[in-house]
Amino acid sequence: MIDSVYYILCIVLAGLVLLGISMMSKVKTALWGNLLSCACMAAAIVLTVVRYDFAGKWLWLLVGLVPAAVAGAILAKRVKMIEMPQTVAMLNGFGGAASALVAAVTLTDGRAIGAFEAVTAGIALVIGMVTLLGSILAAGKLAKWFNQRPVILKGHKALVLASALLAVLCILPLVTCQGDNARLILFTFLCAALAGAFGWLFVLRVGGADMPITISLLNSLSGVAGGIAGMAIGEPLLVAVGGIVGASGLILTEVMCRAMNRKLSAILTGATTVSAAPKAADPAPAEAVEEEAPAEEAAPVVDKAAEEQKVFDALKAAKNVIIVPGYGMALSQAQYAVRELKDALEANGAQVRFAIHPVAGRMPGHMNVLLCEVDIPYEDLYQMEDINDDFRAADVTLVIGANDVMNPAANTAEGTPIYGMPVLNVGDCKNVIICNFDLNPGYAGVPNPLYERTEGVALLIGDAKESLTRLKGML
Amino acid sequence: MHPLILVGIFIVSSVLGYVLIKNVPSLLHTPLMSGMNALSGVTVLGAMIAVATAAFTGSKLLAVIAIALAMLNVAGGFLVTHRMLRMFGHKKEEKEA
Repeated sequence: MIDSVYYILCIVLAGLVLLGISMMSKVKTALWGNLLSCACMAAAIVLTVVRYDFAGKWLWLLVGLVPAAVAGAILAKRVKMIEMPQTVAMLNGFGGAASALVAAVTLTDGRAIGAFEAVTAGIALVIGMVTLLGSILAAGKLAKWFNQRPVILKGHKALVLASALLAVLCILPLVTCQGDNARLILFTFLCAALAGAFGWLFVLRVGGADMPITISLLNSLSGVAGGIAGMAIGEPLLVAVGGIVGASGLILTEVMCRAMNRKLSAILTGATTVSAAPKAADPAPAEAVEEEAPAEEAAPVVDKAAEEQKVFDALKAAKNVIIVPGYGMALSQAQYAVRELKDALEANGAQVRFAIHPVAGRMPGHMNVLLCEVDIPYEDLYQMEDINDDFRAADVTLVIGANDVMNPAANTAEGTPIYGMPVLNVGDCKNVIICNFDLNPGYAGVPNPLYERTEGVALLIGDAKESLTRLKGML
Repeated sequence: MHPLILVGIFIVSSVLGYVLIKNVPSLLHTPLMSGMNALSGVTVLGAMIAVATAAFTGSKLLAVIAIALAMLNVAGGFLVTHRMLRMFGHKKEEKEA
């Protein structure tokens, strides 16, 4: 194909990808936006096949493309909605790995390449490996294969810095050793290993409320890795789409940061993740709550039960109910029970609204996806800023498996990971029903003072689905 | 292609991407992230080109693995996004109907 035609087609495709993304950022056109982006990708693959010479390599190409496409389709069909966060994280890691491999092949294929190619390939290798290992750990933490809490190793900061610095330094010999393939391979490996170590260490200390932002950031990084790999091999379309994805991923990350009142730079340096102080203090109160709670409940039985009964009565009479869903709802797959309870409440004459915290669940928008799965219209889902003043006027607030996002400690407990994060003002409501699995602190590890409030708070401890069925039975 | 042009393309497309996504409703964060994730599998192009240009069998093998990983990312990503967005969509149709 003539170069100029190819470049024009590249510009058209890049423009269509931009259009697709902008369509995806609006509810009405999102579905078509995704299809458009998908079509662009297919067209780009065809364009690449036409432009490059695959003579004698068709088998290689098909072996790479076809089974993976089928596997991806099966995976996408099978995966449950609650597993979405770790699925996205995992897929993202694959993308990063692919970019790193492209860079590695470019570096070690025996041809001498220029300094620009070598440096960009090195950078793509580093970013790709960071994305891969970081995403694997993030997905693993979400899927509970690994400890979900932030883990801080001895000298963690030094290790993070050292691995990053050494990985970047390894790019230098990639330029100077051109022609000496054995050394190139050695340094490529070294660079990849160091970058991978950095990605792992970086995500290791992230926990709690920062996980959604981390995933979004890794998502942006895999785009950047692709774009820079495109520079290394001189492929303009790859550069353009990589740049678009990297930048729009970054701004999505920023939007989330703003919602949580965090600075991206602070998260990058690990400043807002659990520091040593609250971590040391953490185990004691957590265990205390766990062990003492049943005993406490048993002692002032009459009082507590009467108080809770009042709250349940309020639910029966309620005209204005706000439901606050959280990760617990996803975990117990309680969204169907939520739907049934909503219908029952509405049959009772109540208005039911949902208050969605920007980072409820393990991924931004996680709750919206689950609630939409059970046909709850998105007009009933309210963003935090739109509903936060209404808690005062609501008759009953029903918390389902949420903790950090409505923890009043975010306003008071300085030095904890959630301090300064805007939270839902559940505490303002007269009557609060909390359906949580236990009274342990949430993912961020900060105890919730609402659990201690005796007036107007009813606790339904246990699986959210069962608690909701119990509630429905009371109506 | 001249390196400066490539860097230029990267910068221009970054700026465009950055300007584009503003004030996205949080309802769409998950699908958007997932769609963007699928797009980041665009590196499949790079992997294909690597297969086309690779001289050694080892390099070809690595490049094929890269194609497979990126394709998994692309196919899985777009379909998962489609599934999510359809859930948002079909309620509306029901309501209108």
